[in-house]
Amino acid sequence: MRIKQLLIGMTASVIAVSSYIEMAVADLKFPMLVYRTGAYAPNGIPNADGFVDYYKMINARDGGIGGEKILHPECETGYKTQVGVECYEKNKKDAMVFQPMSTGITYQLIPKATADGVTVYSTGYGRTSAANGKVFKWIFNAPVTYWDGASIAVRHILKQNFGNIKGKKIALVYHNSAYGKEPIRTLETLAKKHGYKLMLLPVDHPGQEQKATWLKIRKARPNYVLMWGWGVMNQVAIKSAASIKFPMENFIGIWWSGSENDVLPAGQGAHGYKSLTFNAPGTNYQVHKDIKKYVHDKGEASGDGSHFGTVLYNRGLFQAMVQVEAAAVAQKIHGTSKITPAMYRDGMENVNLSAKRLEELGFKDFAPPFKNSCENHGGSGLAAVQQWDAKTKKWNMITEYMYGDSDVVQKLIAEDSSKYAAEQKIAERCN
Amino acid sequence: MIYKETGQYKSSYKSDHAIFPLLQDKIAFSTLMFVAFLIIPFVINSYWEKAILVPFLIFSLAAIGLNILTGYCGQVSLGTGGFMAVGAFSTYKIMTYFPDMNIMIIILISGLITAAVGIIFGLPSLRIKGFYLAVATLASQFFLVWLFNKVPWFYNYSDTGQITVSERTMFGIPVTGAEAPSYATYLFCLVLVVLLSFAAKNLIRSKMGRSWMAIRDMDIAAEIIGVPPLKTKLSAFAISSFYIGIAGALYFAVFLGAIEVTESFDIMTISFPVLFMIIIGGLGSMLGSFLGAAFVVTLPIGLKFLMVDMVGLSAVTAKHFEITIWGLLMIVFLIVEPHGLARLWSIAKEKLRRWPFPY
Repeated sequence: MRIKQLLIGMTASVIAVSSYIEMAVADLKFPMLVYRTGAYAPNGIPNADGFVDYYKMINARDGGIGGEKILHPECETGYKTQVGVECYEKNKKDAMVFQPMSTGITYQLIPKATADGVTVYSTGYGRTSAANGKVFKWIFNAPVTYWDGASIAVRHILKQNFGNIKGKKIALVYHNSAYGKEPIRTLETLAKKHGYKLMLLPVDHPGQEQKATWLKIRKARPNYVLMWGWGVMNQVAIKSAASIKFPMENFIGIWWSGSENDVLPAGQGAHGYKSLTFNAPGTNYQVHKDIKKYVHDKGEASGDGSHFGTVLYNRGLFQAMVQVEAAAVAQKIHGTSKITPAMYRDGMENVNLSAKRLEELGFKDFAPPFKNSCENHGGSGLAAVQQWDAKTKKWNMITEYMYGDSDVVQKLIAEDSSKYAAEQKIAERCN
Repeated sequence: MIYKETGQYKSSYKSDHAIFPLLQDKIAFSTLMFVAFLIIPFVINSYWEKAILVPFLIFSLAAIGLNILTGYCGQVSLGTGGFMAVGAFSTYKIMTYFPDMNIMIIILISGLITAAVGIIFGLPSLRIKGFYLAVATLASQFFLVWLFNKVPWFYNYSDTGQITVSERTMFGIPVTGAEAPSYATYLFCLVLVVLLSFAAKNLIRSKMGRSWMAIRDMDIAAEIIGVPPLKTKLSAFAISSFYIGIAGALYFAVFLGAIEVTESFDIMTISFPVLFMIIIGGLGSMLGSFLGAAFVVTLPIGLKFLMVDMVGLSAVTAKHFEITIWGLLMIVFLIVEPHGLARLWSIAKEKLRRWPFPY
């Protein structure tokens, strides 16, 4: 008897699953691949909250984009590639854009999304050479890439040493994955150019075990340490650096290694730690006021609402804003509010976030202006350095937004993307 | 009634030794094959392919491999992820060196390479047993993953350490790469799985399989009656690794397409789940390998579907529930039915035999 029930139940669920997948969706669908669980959750949660709050605010304040409501179904990936693939397959129908928030999943989706005609927007992460729109039609990684990031960090170090870093030692502590390995080639090329010595220190997933790494740093005494970390790895690294009394102002993280969650556990020890960023921290922006008014005050904040205004929350706002803006641009280009995924891609390619437009959107001085084009999917390439003040528990911007070493970066991008194009037999566009 | 064997006479040794001696089983199996080969390819969509069927087939193969070693020969192994990585990276290297070679041949060669690696890591099994062997295979897991991440030759000096599959065809239809249609990847995996499962099933019933089981049940007694431990254990390691290597090759080439070794072949993503598959499915059972793989692959997706899409819980709450339910089920299974799903199936068969007049 029980077996029969079980069988009936199974058949019913199978039918239900397939009918669910066939279900057509109206509105504009922005599926979210999030990770609120696992080793990367401390960084995944604030970022996802930023996204959701922004979408909710647009739905409440403007009634959606051009009258079309935003749907934002969440799919929990736990930062796992295989689950990411499942989430993608489940949500890809009529999806405007995917924001995988993981370099591994981005690499996974690049060929799939290109074949399916779905836009992938990896904001300042993922495959750096995707900045070359001639090869990567559906992939965008504006406003800045890891290779820009690496050269901006080196530029900052150069400035502090009055342009001469010959013989200095720079260590790179990196997540031993595609993500962490991204900057190595740029840093090696720059090492030849500027004459510094590069020390490579990989940290294995999830990044809790770093004793050996920091012992090496204590012995080799590098002048500067750069970090490409994510999740719990950041916290452990900053704590370890503090415990070996490494001068924190010489410790610079990428923009994914510079949130409140990363520095708070180290307490006063983290004072002076620097990281790159492409958006400002804080809550003094029009967009925050709107979110407060339309979302938080109505008790609809995503999560517990405690991440409001943190670095990664603000980055989520920025990412969501670009995605929404792309839809608005697409609606304008094609003269219809009901855009298809293919029209959305055109919108993303023609995004032009000038200072004026940013102000209109409530992001005045929040991030440097940038625009995409057919050739350039990588945005402006601008990032600034922020520094942690452990006493006031605040990030402070200490430099202007600056460019990386575009001679080096552009050459590497052209090299890598043409290699990919040859491998995958892709003809260049935009000619 | 349903499983009545009355009246089914065997008049030759051949029919008595058939894999499915009962008529009912034969019918059920043929129906299954009919559905798998002639119906599913026409109705499959990319969600069913990428999320359920292809991973199920690939993990079934890995589970069969591990079941040969652990279930039939009694050698505990935690190195599945490492061996699958060997299969994946062999496929990648052969693919890039011989761009014109047929993908089926590449995958079989990758299996053979993994078998050779398996023999090397199987050598300690002659000296150490049980938990100690588990630790030794665990070392192989970490060593192999480290090796593929450390030595750039394996990933052709790419900047990120990622390996990416290029398009390969069978009979003119792409089976690897992003353009491959769902039915093609599914059928490709299905053909390999069906052929290799038959091979495994027959191997287990051969002299070799019986000597594996003799070693498993009591190695000293087996040695005394003339089963050579060296040959037997190493053959189990070799054949098990062959299957796992092919699973790894398919996992890379057909299923994911782009792989990063530390993430995709991690002990928590491969080695433990595959071990759970054979424990839940049933140690020393072919059917168990399939049931276990189906259970482990579909349970998270099923739970997610039930909780998020039907009940409407948020994705993260559902995930927390899923982790809890998963842990609970493992404990319940080990207490209530330590012999796994395969045993449940044979109990069900017994019941069906007497139904509707149980005594």
